Amino acid sequence: MQTLTINGIDHQFDAPDDMPLLWVIRDLIGLKGTKYGCGIGQCGACTVLIDGVAQRSCMVPVSSITGLKITTIEGADDATARAVRTAWQELAVPQCGYCQSGQIMAATDLLSRNPNPSDEEISNQMGSTICRCCTYHRVKLAVRRAADTLA
Amino acid sequence: MKKAQPINVSRRHFIAAGLTAGAGLTLGLAIPGIAKSEETGPGLAGSDQADSTLAPNAFVRIGTDDQVTVIAKHLEMGQGTHTGMATLVAEELDARWSQIEVVAAPADANRYNNLLWGPVQGTGGSTAIANAYEQMRKAGAAARAMLVTAAAARWQVSEETITVRKGVVSHEASGRRASFGELAEEAAALPVPDAVLLKSPDEFHLIGKDVVRKDVGVKTDGSALFTQDVERPGMLVAVVTHPPRFGATVKSLDDSAALKQTGVRGVVQISSGVAVLGDHTWSALQGRKALRVEWDETNAMQIGSDEIFADYLRRLDEPGVTARTDGDADALLSGSGKVLSTDYRFPFLAHAAMEPLNCVIEQHDDGSVELWYGAQIQTMDQGVVAKTLGIEPSKVRINTLFAGGSFGRRANPAADYVREAAEILKATGGKVPIKLVWSREDDTQGGWYRPAYMHRIEAILDDNGLPKAWRNRIVGQSIAAGTAFEEVMVKNGVDGTSVEGAANLPYAIPNLKVELQSTKLPIPIQWWRSVGSTHTAFATETFIDQLSHEAGIDPVEYRRQLLKEHPRHLGVLDLAVRQSQWGQPISSNRARGVAVHESFNSYVAMVAEVTVNDDKSYTVDRVDVAVDCGIAVNPDIIRAQMEGGLGFGLSAVLTSEITIDNGAVVQSNFHDYTVLRANQMPDIRVHIVPSAEAPTGVGEPATPVIGPAVANALSSLTGKTYHQLPIRAA
Ligand code: FES
Ligand code: FES
Repeated sequence: MQTLTINGIDHQFDAPDDMPLLWVIRDLIGLKGTKYGCGIGQCGACTVLIDGVAQRSCMVPVSSITGLKITTIEGADDATARAVRTAWQELAVPQCGYCQSGQIMAATDLLSRNPNPSDEEISNQMGSTICRCCTYHRVKLAVRRAADTLA
Repeated sequence: MKKAQPINVSRRHFIAAGLTAGAGLTLGLAIPGIAKSEETGPGLAGSDQADSTLAPNAFVRIGTDDQVTVIAKHLEMGQGTHTGMATLVAEELDARWSQIEVVAAPADANRYNNLLWGPVQGTGGSTAIANAYEQMRKAGAAARAMLVTAAAARWQVSEETITVRKGVVSHEASGRRASFGELAEEAAALPVPDAVLLKSPDEFHLIGKDVVRKDVGVKTDGSALFTQDVERPGMLVAVVTHPPRFGATVKSLDDSAALKQTGVRGVVQISSGVAVLGDHTWSALQGRKALRVEWDETNAMQIGSDEIFADYLRRLDEPGVTARTDGDADALLSGSGKVLSTDYRFPFLAHAAMEPLNCVIEQHDDGSVELWYGAQIQTMDQGVVAKTLGIEPSKVRINTLFAGGSFGRRANPAADYVREAAEILKATGGKVPIKLVWSREDDTQGGWYRPAYMHRIEAILDDNGLPKAWRNRIVGQSIAAGTAFEEVMVKNGVDGTSVEGAANLPYAIPNLKVELQSTKLPIPIQWWRSVGSTHTAFATETFIDQLSHEAGIDPVEYRRQLLKEHPRHLGVLDLAVRQSQWGQPISSNRARGVAVHESFNSYVAMVAEVTVNDDKSYTVDRVDVAVDCGIAVNPDIIRAQMEGGLGFGLSAVLTSEITIDNGAVVQSNFHDYTVLRANQMPDIRVHIVPSAEAPTGVGEPATPVIGPAVANALSSLTGKTYHQLPIRAA
């Protein structure tokens, strides 16, 4: 039996060591907000914060993160995440919505490290997360708006 | 600002309340055995909310708790249709936007058919708002009329003295007011009106306003439910090994190692390959890795993209079936004038929706089955599942969930992935619920692509530099051939989806011919956002630019001269040009390009600004988009669809390409099937043409226009023609 602290709650589960964190979160613990998009670290749909740093959960074997604190979209609720979510809603960013957990986690990660990013920094950070609905125009505007409200 | 007025009854448009009579063109899809009324019974999910008191029709429910539930017959896959349907109902109901909730309709073609498709329930071809515009408004108006009658009876006043505003019914003279919920029971006891009054556009409160999407909340906190998220008691996850080459089949199977993997519960063979079932996704994927399958490649495809294009190039020398002919283009082109000619080449493209394909299916004790997934053509899927399992379509219940994108893929003409789920259920005896999951690799390599095409366009100019003759030959696979859509989409040997955008070329050209050669390949293909226009718009709109350069006429002016009979094309062209900085000075490594195209009865023009770098790489910096989609039901969603549709098209311009080598797909995931990313997205400005025309779709029409606008900008900078997608360097 292993234990992980996700969104402040300890979860116990049984998983092979090489099982990616993504599938532990989704299929064993049942938090479905973190999405599968590629499984090879390309799309960012599976992004979570591990000890506050954005990581692709499809690339993290569960055995490698014992004792670390994980935040998923369901638990992203600090001032930065709230500002991001509000900006996302005000600008109606989501279309199909499937990538948006990853987008919001990536934006939250950026703004918690760099509260006043340049346009280029926003573009580059958000360039790591694929949206096939191509909501990128609003994604970039929403990160800027969230940064402005946090300033 | 106009002050809110009570609705003046005499100005309302009185209209029969029947909700099934369709406006416009009706395509009667021939789907054998599934569209008969007795086969799809009432009483399915979503239509009969227990706590809803007032249920005047199939689309609206009002509960005593004052909640209004709109039952959306169209799939929400990102295009905003749930919000659109709800807006139309709420407008005529005069509801408060916050009291509206949207649920997906069950699969039931009797009540929820697409009025432009005949007896078929489905979403596609940018038809949702177009087909439902009047139907949903009538549904809301009927409920409103019943609430008004109930209030008049309760207060003993005449109906004409009652007003409805934002979910409140009131009688101003006496100051009496009631919520919808308070009147729901009395209204429910009344007969449903035979005829209702619809508002005139100047009375709209919601249509034409930036109403907030209904799904932004659940799509920003992780709680939106997608197929991938569905869990059923005892459910197993299934992944399928498909043949590596199109046309191969299973020769032999060794599942001993797979079955030893932790959490693997079974291996079954189905018509499309071999399915591995596991307790969860990871165990199923690990099991699949351990599977040993030998493939029989006797009938497998042996050729690849190179051979296909070489064949298509040869075919361009031969005439095809005529899709349109005006005057005598052949004679002029074989005469003595200077013939301008360009060959175009378009690769296969995967849809690559962010949510890979998936489907949940479960059998109940009475033999009926229930599915949960992003169903796009429910009626067809019902028929395929029923046939696979040997049950009646009425025993196939579909819960339509949000789809994590589709771009056409989930409207598969063979219901391929749904059928796969049903086959796995059957092979496992229906004992446990199955969640079929395609990995990204399955999704990328699984076929059903936008077909590869080639075009040849040849033209001769007259003394004024305008085209006198134009011949456009198109070669590629037919999407509709061999499907239930063939009967309505293929006419005189021409698949309309192969030539749309080319055969209806709007330019005034006296001698014009469009020909098609439909090819056959073992690669399964289907519609991809904006279908035929994905290639026809690029070929025709870059060729027009080429002609304008030859004539020495500004490309905008050139188009204007040829579009005199097409005011809506001209309208978007002029708007995009006016809003952009067309004709203004620009630095020497930058340029603007223009394109205009109609698809699905919506008109889009774009002016794209590009920068070309010393190393021949290029960026698309800014795009001005003008759109005419008739009445703009929700301007913000229209803007979003222009942005997203443009971005989707830009992926195919910059980078996306599926190639086939020796019968197998070369690309497998986003590292080699590359798509547009945020740092490649231009600054986009959307301009909407004010219009009183009937509303038309916006999901697709932006996608085909960006390619030619970008290529035309590049051409004006480099002097080269761009005739092959993707354009990897300027
Ligand atoms: S699923 Fe992890 S990066 Fe795509
Ligand atoms: S909103 Fe659909 S993939 Fe991003």
